[in-house]
Amino acid sequence: MNLALSDEQEFLREAARGALSRHKTIAAAREALENPDALPDLWSTAVEAGWPGLLIGEEQGGAGLGVFDAMLVAEECGRVLAAVPLLGLVPATAILDAAGDESLQSIADGELRPVYVPARPPSELEEGWTVDPPSGLARAEAPRASVEGEEVVLDGSVAFVPDAPGAQLLVAVGETEDGEAVAAAVSADADGVSVESVFRYDATHPLGHVSFASARGRRLAVDADALADAWYVAQSLIAAESIGAVQTCLDTSVAYAKERFTFGRAIGSYQAIKHELTEVLRRLENARGVEYYAGWARGSKPEEFPLAASAARSTAGRALDFAARSMINVHGGIGATWEHDAPLFFRRAELSRRLLGGTNDATDRVAEESLKTAA
Amino acid sequence: MDLNDTPEQAEYREKVRAWLREHKDEAPPRQGSSEDTSYIDARRAWQGKLAEAGLAGVTWPKEYGGQGLGPIEQVTTNQEISQAGVPGILDAIGIGMLGPCIIAHGTEEQKSRYLGPLLHGDEVWCQLFSEPAAGSDLAAIQTRARQNDDGSWTLNGQKVWTTNAQFASYGLLLARTDPDVPKHKGLTMFIVPIDAEGVTVRGLRQISGEAEFNEVFFDDLRLEEDAVVGGVGNGWGTALTVLMFERLTIGFGSENYGSSARLGQTIAADPAARRDSNIRHQFGEIISELLAVRFNGYRALTLLQQGQIPGPEAGLAKVTLVNAGIAATDLGADIVGPDALEADSEWSYLISFLPGLKSAGGTESILRNTIGERVLGLPPEPRLDKGIPFSELRAKEKEALPS
Repeated sequence: MNLALSDEQEFLREAARGALSRHKTIAAAREALENPDALPDLWSTAVEAGWPGLLIGEEQGGAGLGVFDAMLVAEECGRVLAAVPLLGLVPATAILDAAGDESLQSIADGELRPVYVPARPPSELEEGWTVDPPSGLARAEAPRASVEGEEVVLDGSVAFVPDAPGAQLLVAVGETEDGEAVAAAVSADADGVSVESVFRYDATHPLGHVSFASARGRRLAVDADALADAWYVAQSLIAAESIGAVQTCLDTSVAYAKERFTFGRAIGSYQAIKHELTEVLRRLENARGVEYYAGWARGSKPEEFPLAASAARSTAGRALDFAARSMINVHGGIGATWEHDAPLFFRRAELSRRLLGGTNDATDRVAEESLKTAA
Repeated sequence: MDLNDTPEQAEYREKVRAWLREHKDEAPPRQGSSEDTSYIDARRAWQGKLAEAGLAGVTWPKEYGGQGLGPIEQVTTNQEISQAGVPGILDAIGIGMLGPCIIAHGTEEQKSRYLGPLLHGDEVWCQLFSEPAAGSDLAAIQTRARQNDDGSWTLNGQKVWTTNAQFASYGLLLARTDPDVPKHKGLTMFIVPIDAEGVTVRGLRQISGEAEFNEVFFDDLRLEEDAVVGGVGNGWGTALTVLMFERLTIGFGSENYGSSARLGQTIAADPAARRDSNIRHQFGEIISELLAVRFNGYRALTLLQQGQIPGPEAGLAKVTLVNAGIAATDLGADIVGPDALEADSEWSYLISFLPGLKSAGGTESILRNTIGERVLGLPPEPRLDKGIPFSELRAKEKEALPS
C-alpha cells in the first residue's frame, strides 16, 4: 500500500510552485478582467519547465510521466489562478501520444501548442458523442466526420473550448455517419477552421468557439477508448486545478478568521465560522482522496478511470463552489469587492463548473459508471 | 502509487486467508440479536478461535497474547475476515480500546488477571464513560467514587450509551473522585464487575425499537482498592489513551458500503429510477463521497505504514460516511416508497439506526470543533469552566438555569 507522492512528484510540485511564483498571477487575473493583455506569458514558463511534454514519451523529447503528474502541476496552477493552458494541452497530448503522431517532438520542444477540442463519450441518457453547446441545456452533436484515406474532413462546431485561442494544432473528435468516433489533428490555419476567442467572467481561462467547415486534418490512429480517455483526462485536470484553488480559498479564509475580531473574539473561535471552514476542509480532503484515485486508476486500473475522473471532477467542482462562496462569507463585505482576491476565485468557480460538460454532468457519469457494475 | 501488498504483507494475507478458508464453517452468522444469549455465546466462542489463531489482538504485544504486529496487519486481518463473510471479534471495544488502555496503564496483576479472558471472549468488556449530562464534555461526569477508611471505594451514579453491557463481565469506568479541583483533575479510572451487587443494567430502546445500548446504574457499589487503573486522580489521562485507540479503530477496514451497494442494485433494477436524472445525481454524489472516504483511508494507511499516527482530521471521514449513509438510505427508501418503512424492510433498520450514529464517537459538532482547532489552528471557543473546582462549577450551572 502506497498512496502518497513519490520524491519525484514532490519535486515536480515544488518546481511548479517555484516557477509560477515568479509571476504575479493573481494580480494579473484581476487586471486581465479589464485588459486581457495583462496576463503574463506563462507559455514560456511552461516550456521551460517541460510541461508541454509531460505525457509525451522520452524518445520524442517528452518527460514520459503520467496524468497524475500533470494533475499536480494543474493543482499548482489552480492555487494561484495561473493561466497555463493545461486543460487544452494535456488531453491533446494524451491522444497524440496514443496515436504516435508526428507532431509530438515539436510539441515537447514547445514549438507547437495543441488544444483538445473536447467531445463527451456516449452514456445511457445521451447517445452519441456530444459537445458543449453555445447556449442552453441540450448538448450538441459532435462534428460530423468523414474519413478520406489518411485524412478526416470535419463539419460542425464546438463551443467554449478551453485554451483554443492561439493554439496551432486542434485535436478534434468527430463522429462518422456510422456512429464511429474518429480523431483528427487539424492545423488552426487550415481552410474551413475558425476559432472565435471568447471571454466569460474569468480572464485566466481563455476560451474559443471552434468551428469546422469541411476542414481537413490528419487522421489519428486511435480507437474510441483513447478518445474517451482524453475526456476523462480533461475532467481530472479541471478537478486538480479546482483543488488547488480550494486550498488557497481555505488558507486565506483561515488566516483571516484568526486575525479578524468581533465582540472581543477572533471570528474563527465562533462555531459558525469554524464549522463552515471545517466543511471546506472536509470537501477539500475528499476531493484530494478522489484525485489520488483518478491518478492511480489512469496508471493502474484504466477500466475505473471514467468513474474515478468523474468522481474527482464532481467532488472538486462542488468543493470549489463551496470554498469560493465561503471565502466571501468569512471575509464579510470586503470579500465581495474588487480589491479582494475572493471574487477572483469565485469567478474561477463560476466558470469551471460550466466548462467541459459541467460539474453536474460529471456527477451523472459517476452514477452511470457505478450502475454498470451494480446489478 | 501502488495499492498492492508488499511481499511480506501478501504472505501475511495469505496466512490469514488460509486459516479462514479452513475454519469459516465453524463461524456463527454475521448478524444476530444482541438479546439472544445463544447467539452471543457462539460469537464469544468464535472470538476465542480467532484469538487462538492470532487473528484477534493482532497489534497487542506478544506477552499479553497478541501478535505484536502493526496496524497494517490489523487492517489486512479485518479485510480478510470481512471478505470471508464471517463475523469478526465480538468485543471490538475491549480488544481495540480498553485492553490497550490496561496494557498501557494497568498494574501487572490487572494485566495477568484480565487480558487473557478479554482477548478470548470469555469475559466481554464495556466502556463506562458517557453519562446523561456528559457526552461531548466528557470531563463533566458526575458519577462519584468515595474512598472508604479501609481503602475501598463506594460508587454512585449513572452511565449511558453502553454497548454490550447486557452481556459484559467488566467495564472500564471513569468516575469523579475529587470534586474540589478543576474538572479534568479529580477523575479516576476503575475496573467494575458488572455482575456485582449495586450494578443495574437496563436496555435503552432506540428509534428502531431494539436495545443495542444500555443505561448502567450504580448504587453504593463497593470496589476494592486494586480496581483503580492508572492511579487516583489520573483518570483524564487514562481516558485519553482509550480515546486515542478509538481514533485508530475508526475509519479503517470498515467501509460502510452496505447501504450504497444495495442502493446501486435498487436503482439498477428500477428502470424509472435508472433514468431519473435527480436520482442519478444524488446517487453520483453519494458514490463520490464514499470513494473519497475509501481513498483517504488508503492515504491514511500509507502514513501508518510509514510509522505516522493519523491526526484528528480522520474524524472528517466519519462525518462523510455517516451523512452519505443517511443520504443513501433515504434515496433507496424513496425508490421503494412507504414499504421501506415496514419493520422487516432492509431500509427500515438503517433509517432508524443512522440518526443516532451522527452523535456516536463524538457528535458532528464536537468533531468539527476539534478539527477546526487542531487541524486548521482556529482559536478555541472561550470556556467558562477553566480552573474552577468542579463543585463550584455545578453550583454556577444551577444558578444560570432560568427560574
